[in-house]
Amino acid sequence: MTGLQIWVVLLAGMAVTYGTRLSFFLLRRQEVLPELFRRGLRLVAPAALAAILTPQVLLPAGGDGPAVSPRLIAAAAAALVGWRTRSAWLAIGVGMASLWALQAIFR
Amino acid sequence: MPPRPWKRPQEFLAGARDTLPILLGVAPFGLVFGALALEAGLSALQAQGLSLLVFAGSAQFVTVGLIRSGTAPVVIVLTIFVVNLRHALYSASLAPHVARLPLRWRAVLGWLLTDEAFAVSTPRFRSSDLDHAHWYLLGSGLALWTCWQLSTAAGILFGARIPDGWSLDFALPLTFLAMVIPTLTDRPTTVTAISAGILAVVLVGLPYGLGLVAAAAVAIGVGVAVELLSPPRDDSS
Repeated sequence: MTGLQIWVVLLAGMAVTYGTRLSFFLLRRQEVLPELFRRGLRLVAPAALAAILTPQVLLPAGGDGPAVSPRLIAAAAAALVGWRTRSAWLAIGVGMASLWALQAIFR
Repeated sequence: MPPRPWKRPQEFLAGARDTLPILLGVAPFGLVFGALALEAGLSALQAQGLSLLVFAGSAQFVTVGLIRSGTAPVVIVLTIFVVNLRHALYSASLAPHVARLPLRWRAVLGWLLTDEAFAVSTPRFRSSDLDHAHWYLLGSGLALWTCWQLSTAAGILFGARIPDGWSLDFALPLTFLAMVIPTLTDRPTTVTAISAGILAVVLVGLPYGLGLVAAAAVAIGVGVAVELLSPPRDDSS
């Protein structure tokens, strides 16, 4: 791919990304949205976040299916800590520390 | 005594402060991205340009992978669109809160509407005293934007020297985990998250990153069904 083609891809990528982000912000009349649609909106955050994170935790790179891995155990520890303490700092810290510990043990 | 009304600088700083733990996951992701982009053959300017123009971590990784494998430009742009389609949901979700703002505000907030800014700001928009809550989103979004640009630049400069053994890429799913937990407030949200997680793993093989969008959309449908089927709550709010 030439340098020019890459820049065209970047600019087009910018346009489609900004377009999706801005889309509903341009709508001034919110009341036209159907009731079912509005009910779904508060579920957007849990749905999107879970859909992004789960494959990264469950599917090891290059593997062909879900597997119990140091990453899964570390993520479970982070989830437990995050759920009990409600602290994002602690959840991320415990998760990384757990992964490093598990990798050191099972190297 | 009624709570003091939130002022603009307070909102802005609160948004930035509540984003700080998330930066712990975003910064390593940016580092890894900068390094990977150079490895895939992009110039330093193109790598930073991706972060400046597209400003969407997962789509940027996919883009770099597709450029490396010589995919047709049209297919790459289509893939970026599908991978980022979830932002339309974020836009719809926050639209009622920004509808009254002038266009220049909505244009800036739209630019900054990433997964992280949306997730951090959603609880704020669900609480009360929302007159200046858009400053909270601005604070969160600008903190993330700054962190993403700086960490990309650091990855471009030093990336090759980060040892793989640090598993810095794992920081990102951890931040998403930390962000999803506060959104699980009742049965419909919990069922939605679990369904989305299972579906995303099942559908991960779909082309162009469609699995993510399909999993989120179907899971939201499941959640709405759970909400409609569960008995109405007393406060009926």
